Amino acid sequence: MGTMCNRKNIFNGLGLLCFLLLPPFAIQSEQEYLLSLFTRILIYGLAAASLDLILGFGGMVSLGHAVFMGIGGYSVGILAFHSYESLPLLSWPFVLNGTENALLAWPFAVLVAALFGIVTGAICLRTKGMHFIMITLAFAQMAYYFFVSLTKYGGSDGLSLYNRSVFPALNLGSDISFYYLCLTILLVFLIIANRLVRSHFGRVLSACRENEQRVQVLGFASYRYKLACYTFSAATAGLAGVLLVNQAEFISPGLMHWTKSGELMVMVLLGGMGTLSGPVLGAATLLLMEDFLAMYTEHWMIILGPFLIFVVLFAKRGLYGLLMGTGGNHD
Amino acid sequence: MLLFIEQLLNGLQLGVMLFLMSAGLTLVFGIMQVINLAHGSFYMIGAYVAATVAIRSGSFLLGMAVALPVAAAVGMLMELTILRRLYKRDHLDQVLATFGLIFFFNELTRIIWGRQPLFMDVPSWLGGAVELLPGVHYPVYRLAIILVGIFVALFLYLLFSRTRLGMQIRAGASNREMVAALGVNIRLLYTLVFGLGTMLAALAGIMAGPILAVEVGMGESILILTFVVIVIGGIGSVRGALVGALLVGMVDTLGRVYLPDILSLLVSSATADTLGASLASMSVYILMAIVLTCKPAGLFPAQS
Amino acid sequence: MQKIVFSLLILLFSLSSAQAADSIKIGMITTLSTKAGYLGEDIRDGFKLAIEQGKGTLGSFPVELLVEDDGRKPEKGRQIAERFMKRDKAQILTGIVFSNVAMAVVPKIVRSGAFYISPNAGPSKLAGKGCDKNYFNVAWQNDNLHEAVGKYVTEQGFKNVYLLAPNYPAGKDALAGFKRFYKGGIAGEVYTTLGQSDYAAELASLRAAKPDAVYFFLPGGMGINFIKQYAQAGLNKSTPLFGPAFSFDERILKAVGDAAVGVVNGSQWSADLDTPENKAFVAAFRTAYGRTPTLYASQGYDAALLIGSALKSVNGDVNKADEFRAALEKADFPTVRGNFSFGKNHHPVQDIYVREVVKDGQGNYTNHLLKKVFTNHSDAYGGECGM
Repeated sequence: MGTMCNRKNIFNGLGLLCFLLLPPFAIQSEQEYLLSLFTRILIYGLAAASLDLILGFGGMVSLGHAVFMGIGGYSVGILAFHSYESLPLLSWPFVLNGTENALLAWPFAVLVAALFGIVTGAICLRTKGMHFIMITLAFAQMAYYFFVSLTKYGGSDGLSLYNRSVFPALNLGSDISFYYLCLTILLVFLIIANRLVRSHFGRVLSACRENEQRVQVLGFASYRYKLACYTFSAATAGLAGVLLVNQAEFISPGLMHWTKSGELMVMVLLGGMGTLSGPVLGAATLLLMEDFLAMYTEHWMIILGPFLIFVVLFAKRGLYGLLMGTGGNHD
Repeated sequence: MLLFIEQLLNGLQLGVMLFLMSAGLTLVFGIMQVINLAHGSFYMIGAYVAATVAIRSGSFLLGMAVALPVAAAVGMLMELTILRRLYKRDHLDQVLATFGLIFFFNELTRIIWGRQPLFMDVPSWLGGAVELLPGVHYPVYRLAIILVGIFVALFLYLLFSRTRLGMQIRAGASNREMVAALGVNIRLLYTLVFGLGTMLAALAGIMAGPILAVEVGMGESILILTFVVIVIGGIGSVRGALVGALLVGMVDTLGRVYLPDILSLLVSSATADTLGASLASMSVYILMAIVLTCKPAGLFPAQS
Repeated sequence: MQKIVFSLLILLFSLSSAQAADSIKIGMITTLSTKAGYLGEDIRDGFKLAIEQGKGTLGSFPVELLVEDDGRKPEKGRQIAERFMKRDKAQILTGIVFSNVAMAVVPKIVRSGAFYISPNAGPSKLAGKGCDKNYFNVAWQNDNLHEAVGKYVTEQGFKNVYLLAPNYPAGKDALAGFKRFYKGGIAGEVYTTLGQSDYAAELASLRAAKPDAVYFFLPGGMGINFIKQYAQAGLNKSTPLFGPAFSFDERILKAVGDAAVGVVNGSQWSADLDTPENKAFVAAFRTAYGRTPTLYASQGYDAALLIGSALKSVNGDVNKADEFRAALEKADFPTVRGNFSFGKNHHPVQDIYVREVVKDGQGNYTNHLLKKVFTNHSDAYGGECGM
């Protein structure tokens, strides 16, 4: 166990070092576009890690996780749109104006995502297994079609932002500061999540995954624990959506399509479920492969498909598990 | 009123199509406990092979005769090489692997057949429309789809309730070890069931070919609806799949047609058009959410 | 692992950026995968044909065409655009098929000072309020083809038309474009789900509404499904169908077959358009790729020729941005459309026709030019453009 921990620490440390050193490297070698690619990796890593929290630890397999990214993203997008067009968002019962201020818009967006999470979660968590997968998908599809037909905000064509949000003392327009902001947020989340899964809360949650009945018999309200976890994960995914819409300066309902949720799930599984940093690796692998293979062949999916199957068949705990050695057990 | 009857038939026909797809999927899930996202790929393979043969030979039936065994063979090959290794694994591993299969099949189809959609026509002997009731004209081909669906439902019923094979399959679903101990070759049985499932998907694809565009990705558009159907019906239950399919077919069809009209009683007609269309797109998912909220295991939960 | 990936990255990137130093780089972001992949394929092939005819040059300056698939995803398109501009230092970009990708990518490109020549998408925002001095559309503004059919249908004396489009902005714009020039009554206006495949229910309601004509906008596979089912329901015998060219390009026609024969559709181009440039283009495209070009191929080809004409007038130096822009504005290139110039919002001023789907002598389905509906037609949004 001791060596395992070392290996894990070394790996995580190396990964962090790579991420930290990327911007100077990219600028030195005049490959600045790598910055935006890796910013996306960080953002998707955050979303995938948040999915891992409910999927890997809570045993809640959601096929609608991307919807929270979309809701977070749209909240920021719509606020910015109203601020730019100087149209009040609400004129009754009180006047609510749009804003581009990150300190207002971002927490608002996270709150909206969390709210959507708690409401849908309360319904979804009544079901289990396959049914849970499908009901999360159902809510995601409803939101998808809702935003597709929302003509005011661009519908399926999406909504373009004119700038990134305004953050005090930090120029988000600069790709480097934005990159480091994303990196910081991801790190903070990983640290909190790591604490969380080791806490009393996390243990109850893991026990629910193994045997929910026993947990209930022991007197824990398993439903509440799961709902809290689901909501936290939704809020984090919402934050990832906020970052993504700022990175791309654009949002469209495509972000909520079920294939996007599927991709998030693939990132988690590819990297290694229940490992938190694994999904970040999964996100990096998937996005880099997509980017890369597409440069060399139009038919890149013919390579990606079998690669996924290969990982399932031969790397039981995902790529992270493969790197940690075959006996890898989370923790 | 006549229009309403016609719309009911349309709902029925969509339901039948969904039933063909979901029967195979629910069988595979109920018996092998495998989530097969690549089920839609077999729908696509069926349509592509049938369209190719039909174009070359000019015969729809020949196309069907070739496509069904081809799809079943591809399905069984997948079962032997990949899915068999996943029976004991987590559902998530199955999701990931079959997600990979979707990528693979889509791209392979694009390489073999190119990017352009294929052409497939209604066979001339099924062309035209008949007058079912005075004033209700209905395309013969769509009636044929309904008939095929009824036939398949009967076939499955008889297979499971009256044949030895069906009994073994049902037994295998509830207790795998016991059946194996009794000397039944359970592996072969699974491969056969998988082949049957893919064949049903291919049949749906072939039947859809003349109505829809035969194109890469056609499987995914129906896949999600298929999952909705089996979840509403109760996973693993063929009877549930039938009820779920008809329910989804009806709700979707009638919602599309009547929601804008109903809403126009409440709001202005332009808003009603848009709002109705949005609600109609969501209607199936709303139905699923309601069913699962009231009955978390679906309408007809399988015994296990 | 990340280290390995990383060093691999560096290696590959240095390899790919080492080649071809002197040629002018043109970045093409287009859709090659997904169901709609053939659209991008045709734009690319049309564009490539122009380069091949110039033996690797456009306007006699050597160019290198970089092509990447955006998978119809806006964010991926943006990623590619960024790579083309930052890594390859491409100052001319083109290729986007879909409006939603264009809306996400184009503002970014033009704001960073590069040029974007649109060979297909023409969303109203980019023609109006969002117009830009570095954005040129060489295809059409999205509404144009619908407007042409609207006018034609009115001229033909139809009084009661049924309208059908998907429930998304482009669908609403399409019907609005049609209604801008259609003067008769409306028997019904239906918005369907995006990506819907079965239209039985809509067709039954349509029949019951007893219109004297039907206008639909359902791009891609949706259109194939609709046209086939329309014919199967026997409606093509009683009620004439009209649409924009998008559902009647030569490759879709192959997948629809007889069901589309006789349908009249609006287009700015047709394979049988009788100009020497067009005849040469169609023949060369057939020889090179073994199929009849679609309107998308013609747009890709025209985009390449337009870029060539501007390169020539700045002596291959795109850094002279003002001169390059002025040269683009002149639109002095041998277009296959016979007649082309830019309006002040950098969108086409061109003739728009209606065509009829026919089966030719060899049993292939193609379009036959029927009538010129508009001469020197521009779009409805130019007034909102502040340029």
